[in-house]
Amino acid sequence: MRGVTRARWAVCAIAAGVLAAGCGGGGGYGGAGVLTSSWGDPQNPLEPTNTNEVQGGKVLDMIFRGLKKYDPRTGKAQNMLAERIDTPDSRNFTITVKSGWRFSNGEPVTARSFVDAWNYGASLRNNQKNAYFFGYIEGYDKVHPDSGPQRAGTLSGLRVTGPRTFTVRLAQKFSSFPDTLGYMAYAPLPRAFFTDHAAWLSKPVGDGPYEIASYTKGSAMTLRKWAGYPGPDPARNAGVTLLVYTDNNTAYTDVLAGNLDLVDDVPATQLKNVGTDLNGRYINTPAGILQTLAFPYYDPKWNTSGARKVRTGLSMAINRKQITGTIFRGTRTPATDWTSPVLGVAGGFQAGLCGPACDYDPVRAKRLIQEGGGFPGGQLKIAYNADSGSHRQWVDAVCNSVNNALGDDKACVGDPVGTFADFRNQIGQHKMTGPFRAGWQMDYPLIQNFLQPLYYTNASSNDGKWSNQQFDRLVDRANAETARPRAVALFQQAEKVVRDNMAAIPLWYQNGSAGYSARLSHVALNPFSVPVYNEIKVG
Amino acid sequence: MGRYVVRRLLQMIPVFVGSTLLIFLMVNVMGDPIAGLCGERACDPATAAQLKREFGLDKPIWQQYATYMGNVFTGDFGTAFNGQKVTELMSTAFPVTIRLTVVAILLEIVIGITLGVVTGLRRGRPVDTGVLLGTLVVISVPTFVTGLLLQLLLGVQWGWIRPSVSPAATFGELIVPGLVLASVSLAYVTRLTRTSIAENKRSDYVRTAIAKGLPRRRVVVRHLLRNSLIPVVTFIGTDIGALMGGAIVTERIFNIHGVGYQLYQGILRQNTQTVVGFVTVLVLVFLVANLLVDLLYAVLDPRIRYA
Repeated sequence: MRGVTRARWAVCAIAAGVLAAGCGGGGGYGGAGVLTSSWGDPQNPLEPTNTNEVQGGKVLDMIFRGLKKYDPRTGKAQNMLAERIDTPDSRNFTITVKSGWRFSNGEPVTARSFVDAWNYGASLRNNQKNAYFFGYIEGYDKVHPDSGPQRAGTLSGLRVTGPRTFTVRLAQKFSSFPDTLGYMAYAPLPRAFFTDHAAWLSKPVGDGPYEIASYTKGSAMTLRKWAGYPGPDPARNAGVTLLVYTDNNTAYTDVLAGNLDLVDDVPATQLKNVGTDLNGRYINTPAGILQTLAFPYYDPKWNTSGARKVRTGLSMAINRKQITGTIFRGTRTPATDWTSPVLGVAGGFQAGLCGPACDYDPVRAKRLIQEGGGFPGGQLKIAYNADSGSHRQWVDAVCNSVNNALGDDKACVGDPVGTFADFRNQIGQHKMTGPFRAGWQMDYPLIQNFLQPLYYTNASSNDGKWSNQQFDRLVDRANAETARPRAVALFQQAEKVVRDNMAAIPLWYQNGSAGYSARLSHVALNPFSVPVYNEIKVG
Repeated sequence: MGRYVVRRLLQMIPVFVGSTLLIFLMVNVMGDPIAGLCGERACDPATAAQLKREFGLDKPIWQQYATYMGNVFTGDFGTAFNGQKVTELMSTAFPVTIRLTVVAILLEIVIGITLGVVTGLRRGRPVDTGVLLGTLVVISVPTFVTGLLLQLLLGVQWGWIRPSVSPAATFGELIVPGLVLASVSLAYVTRLTRTSIAENKRSDYVRTAIAKGLPRRRVVVRHLLRNSLIPVVTFIGTDIGALMGGAIVTERIFNIHGVGYQLYQGILRQNTQTVVGFVTVLVLVFLVANLLVDLLYAVLDPRIRYA
């Protein structure tokens, strides 16, 4: 009889377990006024100057406020902690910090909080991945030399002149510098960051509308509203719990089942059903992300005048409208310039700047490619990383479109690389032989950010090593220009140089997408495709 | 017996060294891991060089391996790119995966052997045919399909379970994922037990036991089952390691933050320290599980004795 009892016991245990799991459902992490949201494990330690991806940026956006903040709707840079930023010459800036601001541990935010943080971020010995943001400031080459040892501890261009004032001297004129200060790398840091770094990293303290209640690395972070927040944009909910999901499909399923309130990246496979699944609680808004095909200009075959024609022809052979419609289901928009719609017309976005070169025209495409001498090497191989996103699908679709236009089903093939790290590695070592996938997520909503880092000679993200003197001169002039409309016009002229040479083929503007439960209202994504958490109302 | 155990333990050393070296080389062949750390843009060369120095990636591979192994013997598995100690990652990931594996193994044993005994004793009857068909379906459907289907039906449609497992990952929450993870092995356990039972049913000692007038249950459990379990135990033992390493798919579907998740993350980010560390431990688990299986033989069948 023993066997029977044992078996029965096991069955009962399993049944009890299933029931317990069932009863335990229903958003254990939520609570009155608290929303749960999907999250990815940040790749780097959570420091403002070390966070360069969306997941870590999400948290910084909640717990930090900087000198400026980008309006979540318009993307315009507005003063937050900055009372005044004055400059006589677009090179020397005097910054006054508002009074009455504090970190959530009670420490006041002073000019020193900024200067210390910036010096920390720029210093080579701290290995900060966003250090290059301080590259405009005088003395950066000593604090962070390209090679050899560090020759200074602090940036010579930064000086604290009073409890709430400091001056910044740039290495060259840069009129939009104040507008870049909304980027999180420029956030202030409390003394605790420097005195007990490890403790700060395990539970970061900032000056934003939220404070971190608990942080279990790799699985969850609980943020609650900081009651003492003095800013104009306090949290309208009691808190946010970020839960790490390894797969956004699971996060989406959890939203459907009512266990999660917000998923801020609807998986491509679910886009078909999202409208009916969520009954309209789905957002799909433009973000400052542009996908392009970049070219290896260090390969002489791609750096000829014939290759320029080939690139333009290639651009015309891509049916952007069809690909964004069928593969991305309208979450991407065919690109017609090299910036993003989130800039707005005043900010430098110009629909149609690309002209006929971005229109699908298989006949002209074939002619141009033939006139240019065909694809260098005979076959076009588009390199991409196959480990994430839907890169494989769209690269295959692009090649399909090109092959159809040329009437040759072997003209273009995808060239997958196993991991993102390896892909970046090959790009960094200049091993590319043909076009490769490139994506640019803006750091700040400025036309400068879409052009200079990507196409200026030897710029930080000029992966294809494109170089054009005319472009460089126009960018220099634009940066020196104090009046904003004139600066924008000059940047657009520079963009036309990019167009005329087809330095990179613009593919599509990427949207941010999110789905949420019926408990939430006032959900929106900012131009960086991050949810505006503090505006969300629960219940 | 003692000497046998010692010899087996000594044999583990070359296997251990060899497999870690292989993994180390494989991860390193993929190129410079620092390149992926800065997102879509290139890391600035000075920071990249400094990071490489810090992670010891600027040294030749053999030297990296030697340092690594040296550290492993002092219990230091290095640091992941997000600044966490790999041992810290292990201490959060392994308990979860072990729980998941325990659930899976228990389900395999309880359901698999029960079904195997039932069908083995009733060969050719409708029950037998039904279970055979069922196991055939389970074996032929990939785990991720079973997983997604159960998740959708039980989690979303009927609302019996949460579609994802909370960070606490309690035993109760792990039953459905455990069942998914165990499903294929469970089918094999059923079939193995069935065949073995059916074979031994006709043997002399069973006939003798029945002739002695022992109750049927005692004949089945003590005589028939015990002797039929040897191939099953072998299978389950080797399956422990396979389940722990193979949990990647299941863990991803149910958002379980265990070994599979850390390995996946480590491979994506090309984080040598994480990948090698976790695989090293998995290799050890595999070796120990195999050793235990061999030792269990002796318990099940006293005739099997080694040097």
